[in-house]
Amino acid sequence: MNTLLAHLPALQVVVPMVAAPLCLLAGRAGLAWIIAFLAAAFATVAAALLAYQTLHHGPISYAMGGWAPPWGIEYAVDTANAFILLLVAAIACVVLVFCRTSIPKEIRAGREHLFYCMYTLCLTGLLGIAITGDAFNVFVFLEISSLSSYALIAMGGRRKSLTAAFQYLIMGTIGATFFLIGVGLLYMMTGTLNMADLSARIPELQDSRPVLAAFAFITVGLALKAALFPLHLWLPNAYAYAPSGVSAFMAATATKVSLYVLLRFTFTIFGSEFAFGNLPLLWVLLVPAVLAMFAGSFSAIFQTDIKRMLAYSSVAQIGYITLAIALANPAGVQAAMIHIFNHGLMKAALFCAMGCIFYRIGSTRIDQMAGLGRQMPWTFAAIVTGGLSLLGVPLTAGYISKWYLVQAALQTDLWWLVILIALSSMLALVYVWRLVEALYFQEPVPGREAVREAPLSMLLPTLLLAGANIYFGLDTRLPVAMTENAALLLFQGPGG
Amino acid sequence: MLQEILDHYNYWIAIMLMMVGFYTVVARGNLVKKIVGLNIFQTSVFLLYISMGKVTGGTAPILDERFTVYSNPIPHVLILTAIVVGVATTALGLALVVRIKESYGTIEEDELDLMDGET
Repeated sequence: MNTLLAHLPALQVVVPMVAAPLCLLAGRAGLAWIIAFLAAAFATVAAALLAYQTLHHGPISYAMGGWAPPWGIEYAVDTANAFILLLVAAIACVVLVFCRTSIPKEIRAGREHLFYCMYTLCLTGLLGIAITGDAFNVFVFLEISSLSSYALIAMGGRRKSLTAAFQYLIMGTIGATFFLIGVGLLYMMTGTLNMADLSARIPELQDSRPVLAAFAFITVGLALKAALFPLHLWLPNAYAYAPSGVSAFMAATATKVSLYVLLRFTFTIFGSEFAFGNLPLLWVLLVPAVLAMFAGSFSAIFQTDIKRMLAYSSVAQIGYITLAIALANPAGVQAAMIHIFNHGLMKAALFCAMGCIFYRIGSTRIDQMAGLGRQMPWTFAAIVTGGLSLLGVPLTAGYISKWYLVQAALQTDLWWLVILIALSSMLALVYVWRLVEALYFQEPVPGREAVREAPLSMLLPTLLLAGANIYFGLDTRLPVAMTENAALLLFQGPGG
Repeated sequence: MLQEILDHYNYWIAIMLMMVGFYTVVARGNLVKKIVGLNIFQTSVFLLYISMGKVTGGTAPILDERFTVYSNPIPHVLILTAIVVGVATTALGLALVVRIKESYGTIEEDELDLMDGET
């Protein structure tokens, strides 16, 4: 048992990685699902154990393959990435339950096992990005998760899924290659790829041009992967035309993991002094973040496809997270991490609820949904909860995010940001209300047969995610304790 | 000035290829040409890494008394991984192009946009 615990950081990634080809070999949907679910459940338990260990016993350093860092690849787990691991694994696990019923209806028959193979591979990549302490390893896992997500999106069944996946492939590859250039330049100057080593060596190279270029390449590359406005163009189509389970999983985790890497590189590796003191990163991030908050919400208001609307809303929410990062104080970093977590919960709940609706009526267009709220009360309840959380209404997780974000903004001299945050939340009210109005107050589409509530196997995960939005709005101990510690760690750097 | 450019010719080649590839991705409407551009773009980064590890007069890193100067193998090994990633990306990209051709009947971006606008 103790050896198992000692190797937990490796198993966290290796188990889903081994599960992926097993799903492929299983050849049948049922068996592949069981394998994928066991892997995701294991990853969740492992992430929870790691989170417990980091919270109570401090960071863990694991030498992959027994090669001591900085020569070998180090898996460095602290509260910051344990928190991300927990989010990714838990969402993957819950959404997988949802997929069991929803996927056969959304992808070509006989391909379910391929879907689960890609899904676990994507999970592997995302967990790997979060856990590794090696800059090049981040690139490798980034590509593992990206390549599998291109395939997942293309499985969406509509022909637009293909063009959406292609668009994402082009932009995602450019983003990842930018990141690779940045890591290469850093290696050239410092001779190391280990994150702790990098952060120790970069201060003396503050003014060297390659390091500055590396910083620019890494920031832009990650902003592309995180879909920061105006680099978000791949996101709306990708989320709108992917199978609903994939939309839920990716909206909650994929962009979030990139934002985590951005946090890690900006604050730990380069240091806030370098990024915000010597360079105007504040404005470089703040302006797109504010534009994202407004442009994303505005675009969301005018969408007829609700999955697209939610995707644009994600662009706006990523704006909030980036805004929190740009504040460059520990409170801002904490707010960013809290919103990464809470936004994952709300978007997963909302996309799952859309999946339930799609399962029944075969569409996610708003005009087709009229009056559905009364026929599918539980799904409707999940949508309302997710929507309220998105707005930041008290007693929901979204309120906690907004609260920390406003607190962090007030600590700087950028108090007027609070007004902008409030204004853009009003826009969110418009599009959430539009959805609620269509679902509940409009008469059902004439000629459409009354539908039943979504099957229990889809409803339960949806309600679980919606319930989590309430739970984490009331009991904030876990995210607050972890992010408080994480913000401090990110600021100090791993050696500090 | 000229000497400075010539001394760092590997970087200039990498930058030129990078821009050629990037321009092709952005400017070409044909999806296959976009993939070709993406490949050139990625290859430039491979060159950047590989030339970075080269030590003038150094041999391959073989443990032998006769050799004392080695090239740094780490960037080379790293780029081996990146090449594999590049191959996977190209394969997936081309597979998507085939599927797009099957369902749309074209692989020109402007025509695809038109058809997507109608549906």
